[in-house]
Amino acid sequence: MSSDVTAGWAQDALDRAPRQGPDRSEEAVLARIEKVRRRRPRVREERITLAHGAGGKATATLIDAVFLEAFRNPALERLGDGAAVEVDGTRLAFTTDSYVVSPLFFPGGDIGDLAVNGTVNDLAMCGARPLWLSAGFVLEEGFAVAELERIVASMARAATAAGVSIVTGDTKVVGRGKADGLFVTTAGVGVRERPTVLDAAAARPGDVVLVSGPIGDHGVTILIARGELDIDADLASDTAPLHELAAAVLDAGGDGVRVLRDATRGGVATILNEIAVASDVAVVVDETTVPVRPEVAGAAELLGIDPLYVACEGRMVVVVDAERAPAVLAAMTDRPDGTEAVAIGRVADDPPGLVLLRTGFGGTRIVDVLVGDPLPRIC
Amino acid sequence: MKYVDEFRDGDTARAIGTRIAALAEPGRRYAFMEVCGGHTHTIYKHGLEDHLPASIRLVHGPGCPVCVLPMGRVDDAIAIARDPDVIMTAFGDMMRVPGSDGSFFDAKAEGADIRMVYSPLDALKIARANPERRVVFMAIGFETTTPSTAMTILRAAREGLENFSVFCNHVVVIPPMTAILDSPDLRLDGFIGPGHVSTIIGCEPYRFIASERGKPLVVAGFEPLDILQSIHQLMVQLAEGRCEVENQYGRVVPWDGNRRALEVVDEVMELRDTFEWRGLGWIPESALQLREAYAAFDAERLFTIPGRRVADPKACQCGDVLQGALEPWECGVFGTACTPETPIGTCMVSSEGACAAYYNYGRFSRSRTRGATALPDPVVVGR
Repeated sequence: MSSDVTAGWAQDALDRAPRQGPDRSEEAVLARIEKVRRRRPRVREERITLAHGAGGKATATLIDAVFLEAFRNPALERLGDGAAVEVDGTRLAFTTDSYVVSPLFFPGGDIGDLAVNGTVNDLAMCGARPLWLSAGFVLEEGFAVAELERIVASMARAATAAGVSIVTGDTKVVGRGKADGLFVTTAGVGVRERPTVLDAAAARPGDVVLVSGPIGDHGVTILIARGELDIDADLASDTAPLHELAAAVLDAGGDGVRVLRDATRGGVATILNEIAVASDVAVVVDETTVPVRPEVAGAAELLGIDPLYVACEGRMVVVVDAERAPAVLAAMTDRPDGTEAVAIGRVADDPPGLVLLRTGFGGTRIVDVLVGDPLPRIC
Repeated sequence: MKYVDEFRDGDTARAIGTRIAALAEPGRRYAFMEVCGGHTHTIYKHGLEDHLPASIRLVHGPGCPVCVLPMGRVDDAIAIARDPDVIMTAFGDMMRVPGSDGSFFDAKAEGADIRMVYSPLDALKIARANPERRVVFMAIGFETTTPSTAMTILRAAREGLENFSVFCNHVVVIPPMTAILDSPDLRLDGFIGPGHVSTIIGCEPYRFIASERGKPLVVAGFEPLDILQSIHQLMVQLAEGRCEVENQYGRVVPWDGNRRALEVVDEVMELRDTFEWRGLGWIPESALQLREAYAAFDAERLFTIPGRRVADPKACQCGDVLQGALEPWECGVFGTACTPETPIGTCMVSSEGACAAYYNYGRFSRSRTRGATALPDPVVVGR
């Protein structure tokens, strides 16, 4: 084909990437792809795009290539929901998170309780009892004080409910148009009193995967609350503190509990992929067992998104050894915040690093890490 | 989910799979092309091939609107979007399609005002709300989406909106199917016909494929059982020595299509003499442009566009994949240089693209490539 120009970027990408060798059998190609997938990623874009904030592949690449590269240390390298650190024999957890959700108020919550619960949950997923939080506010010139008061009151209530104190904070104001109302950043410190070592790399073949309730409520609620879609559904965000449920899981499962993760940005699928890669195992999920409310399933179907990738703000994924799984599940379902907990899958040894879904239709497919971002500013 | 789960039932699928296997003649190999990218997506998302005997191969066709858009047209759209007066609106799957100098996402990061919409009517809303800006809708798609673009233009005309226009890249489905039938490398036993395109054009336009070209065609719905049933219908036709156009998707597709929609399209648009298809080259009378009477809504006339033709990178074999001549993994850059995060070819961009569907969902197919190892039993934990 004759043409006026050729695409330089594409040639550049080709020069850097390996070509498929002479063996083009499906097996050989798949093996090469797995090798490429495990390479250290690099940021190819010249500018930040929304995909870098989506929690998928681009986010992971940015974290690995930019932040981890600059800050590298053993606590950070584990890339958990928070850092597990120790000082003078006291085992602590430390975490931070920023909140840019739009709209600021939505059914079931607002940016305030989201910011408290999110950080409480990151601590809880480290196996810690949350103690202290900080709160930083970036306010836009012109933002209504009454709305700020509403948000702060909601944070205070959430902190009380979670048994944490907001002990320090910061306030900045930027000009009109430089922030969308307000952004909130919270950090938290907790103490890890239970001996269980939780690590995304600890999953082993035979382990069972549990989720604490229906998935995707938060993400779909936010999407509908934006009012851009002409869809209505009787849904509310699942934002809730998970520290008591996590404690119950650890008490029932002891050192049989391998991983706790809250399924926020990127959803359950992203968490399971992180576990599969970190532990070098396969995670096999049975589609028919994954709890999704009909309203969420319906909205997701209409929008062409998969609930497995939709953010939750009050749901966790538990990987536990098979023997302890019944006790852990019972401990969860006995509590009001875990009544709908179920087992959704199992850890296997092959194929390592992949999440597979046995579909309700009777086929098997991959559940990969998401590339683009259908839902920006969900938390 | 009501009215959806019924079409995804595993037991029914296994029963149809058994019947399909029984119809397969020993030693014979079958190749059916699903023309539509929506079908490709469904096939991989539900693991449909696990229900088929190994002798049946599904060949992925050119019916993915994003995949067939040539790079030069993406460049043209980005050039329009870079005009500071412009708000460019597009469907989400357009955002990552690479032009010769980046995608909509990249242009957006560099400051272009590009917004995702779910319908051209959303673009119209944006135009009403921003009278001082020029709002352009990036129109892509086969006959399925053309009527909604045409209706939107009619509505804009009725409202006298002067700041709304359409960058029209609508294409029609029959010419590429003819091109594929003319291709010497491809041996097909039949077609799974596009469902939603057929709600508009009906089933009659495919008749020559059966009567003159000797290939049976079954218009199929988009749930996995629809596709499995249409494969069964094709196998029955072959077994009985018939060669016909059948309509599996009768609950949505009227045999004669949607006359009103066709009239609306005809009012606003006309066939272009020729149009470039990514990977397939120039195909005569295969795309639509706005008629002279609607020139005021035609971004191609309102803006200066580069209109340059851009060659695909040499290593990219999207053309062969789009024609079904190559399986996605047989492309030299599949999954290594070309991945969903850094796509080189468009087939890796859209969720309907064969490469993206295979990479994201189908990369592991137990029954076909790993039959030896078994997955663990479904998990049952309870009191």
